[in-house]
Amino acid sequence: MSSIPMEYYLILSAFMFTVGVAGVLIRRNAIVVFMCIELMLNSANLTLVTFSSYLGNSIGQVFVFFVMTVAAAEAAVGLAIIIAIFRNKKSVNIDEINIFKW
Amino acid sequence: MINYIYLTTLLPLLGFVINGLFGRKIKNERIVGIIGSATVGLSFLVVLGAFIQTLGLPVEERSNTVNLFTWLSVGGLHIQFAYLVDQLSLTMSLIVTGVGFLIHVYSIGYMHGDKGIWRFFAYLNLFIFAMMNLVLGDNFVVLFLGWEGVGLCSYLLIGFWYDRKFEKGTTSQAAKKAFVVNRIGDFGFLLGMFLIYMTFDSLNFKEVFARAQAFPVAESTFGLIALFLFIGATGKSAQIPLFVWLPDAMAGPTPVSALIHAATMVTAGVYMVSRTSILFASAPAIMTVVAVVGALTALMAATIGLVQNDIKKVLAYSTVSQLGYMFLAAGVGAFSASIFHVMTHAFFKALLFLGAGSVIHGMHDEQNIQKYGGLKKYMPKTYATFFIAALAISGVPGLAGFFSKDEILWNAYSNGGFVFWLIGAVTALMTAFYMFRLVSLTFYGHERFDHHHVHPHESPSVMTVPLMILAFLSVVGGYIGLPKVFAGEHGNLFENWLEPIYAPAQEKLAMYSSSTHLEEILLMSISVALALYGIYFALHVYRKNPKIADNFANRFKSMYNLLLNKYFVDEVYEAAVVQPIQKGSEKVLWKFTDAKLIDGTVNGAATIVDKISGVIRKVQTGVAQSYALIMVAGIALVLLWLILSL
Repeated sequence: MSSIPMEYYLILSAFMFTVGVAGVLIRRNAIVVFMCIELMLNSANLTLVTFSSYLGNSIGQVFVFFVMTVAAAEAAVGLAIIIAIFRNKKSVNIDEINIFKW
Repeated sequence: MINYIYLTTLLPLLGFVINGLFGRKIKNERIVGIIGSATVGLSFLVVLGAFIQTLGLPVEERSNTVNLFTWLSVGGLHIQFAYLVDQLSLTMSLIVTGVGFLIHVYSIGYMHGDKGIWRFFAYLNLFIFAMMNLVLGDNFVVLFLGWEGVGLCSYLLIGFWYDRKFEKGTTSQAAKKAFVVNRIGDFGFLLGMFLIYMTFDSLNFKEVFARAQAFPVAESTFGLIALFLFIGATGKSAQIPLFVWLPDAMAGPTPVSALIHAATMVTAGVYMVSRTSILFASAPAIMTVVAVVGALTALMAATIGLVQNDIKKVLAYSTVSQLGYMFLAAGVGAFSASIFHVMTHAFFKALLFLGAGSVIHGMHDEQNIQKYGGLKKYMPKTYATFFIAALAISGVPGLAGFFSKDEILWNAYSNGGFVFWLIGAVTALMTAFYMFRLVSLTFYGHERFDHHHVHPHESPSVMTVPLMILAFLSVVGGYIGLPKVFAGEHGNLFENWLEPIYAPAQEKLAMYSSSTHLEEILLMSISVALALYGIYFALHVYRKNPKIADNFANRFKSMYNLLLNKYFVDEVYEAAVVQPIQKGSEKVLWKFTDAKLIDGTVNGAATIVDKISGVIRKVQTGVAQSYALIMVAGIALVLLWLILSL
């Protein structure tokens, strides 16, 4: 374990996060956007675990459990919203869902 | 009884509360009337007790203060709610409660059958409460409480029949006019009070008057104080230039005119001037103003009274005229003569109004004296009492009016000057004339009313008994103030009684009279002769030869119209004051300041926000991803800044 340097984990985590951000910003399919959010959450999880391991402190790992719990709950609510929107609009294309304005 | 003097205000207040809250529920109007009258009657007994007790005290102990509670205490200002029981306030209290009680009793008959009778008695009691505070108050603030209270009651009672027509408008308009005109005077009074507090650091009568003698105060300050107070008095007591409300106040029920607009409230100004005599005496210039205004008002109102055809209007102008006499007396330093006239005037003018009310009552609300005539045989009691009152106000020797009027005229001559006397004497002539014109047209001559619709009848005894009592007082009321020329130096009981109140002022004025008894008797004879001639002439013209009056009216048509239209004072005020204020309010304050400036500013601010938001709102596309993009960009910028600043 100690053979793999910490930077590798962090770089991987940063890469995953960037992919997630890019996905959220540029993809049009709500499901994909949703998956990208999960990707960002998990990249954050990876960072937390990494630091926890290197610093010998278990708080980071505890945090990861919280994040996973919240992510699971969020997934349930998020998917429910997407289904509801799909039933209304027959579409999950985010460009068509622009009711967030005055 | 002096210590129980608070009962005199408490009882009418109680009557007001009972009738005001439960009067509507009391089905029997007699009970309402009895509650209203009894509270005032009991007050009168309390005042009488206090009066008798005070009479028994040595002269220097006759001024007592009854402290009730601390009303206001702010910083250095401490106002006690206290009553000052002294010769002057007792005199006024006796008039207010005594005449007030008789008028209350009379009202039981006059207001019989009116569905608002409980309201009427509640207001009347409230009036007595306020008026008693006015005359008993031991400082300017309590006086002002009463001052405003009587103004309010006057307003309420003038507009009592708020659904009736009055002349060109409604009674509520007349009530409003009275209130607004009074406010102008009140404003002057308030300014006077402020100035008194600034100058003497107190509003308590005794303190202020003591300091007015002790402090080195400039005469101009005294002048301003006196002038402001006098402006207040002209409003309340209907003097030039603020007299215009009193004739319109006749829109109220007749007992109201008798109580408020003849006997008591309108004399409040005289009382106030008399109470603050030392302040006026310290400002000789303003004393002259008071005398001149009083004399001019007396003359002007009397001339208008000559030609009016509404029975109450004649009496209203007569009241204005008599009030002018009182101010003339005060202005020449004869304060006790002015209060003396307040008293006798309260008797005979209340009697005249109540008599007029009795006539109106018997004639089914007809008030035009041209439509009366020959009522003597239908209303013998009303006629007899009215006749006595007319004699008294005309100044026929032996009746109350003669003594007070003569004292005023004599003082006007010896302290004021011949011109004042002349104006007073001419006014006395006209007073005698218009009073007997009224008597002739009402009680003598042809019956000019429609016999099919009008059946004149005498009023019930609940109305005529007060008339008789007042008639009795109008006859004997003057004998407590016999002229010195008849009764000797100390024979004038009334003046002796009030003398301590005015001693400081008299000392300041340092009046000395070089006139002789012969002069006094001569002048008295002339004024009596004038009064008798006025009576004779009126009877001659209106009883025997009604044509003479018409001929006169035709020959001096412009003069007649000028008087009939009351010198067009109302029209002048309308054009010079009311219209500019109304137009100014409409054009400048409403259409420009309010609609353009204020609304424009408010709406303009909203419009600017609206326009800016119209541009900014484009940012809100509603696309979640663009929001996310901006958020990410923001985070990136924050991160960049953090990294660079490390």
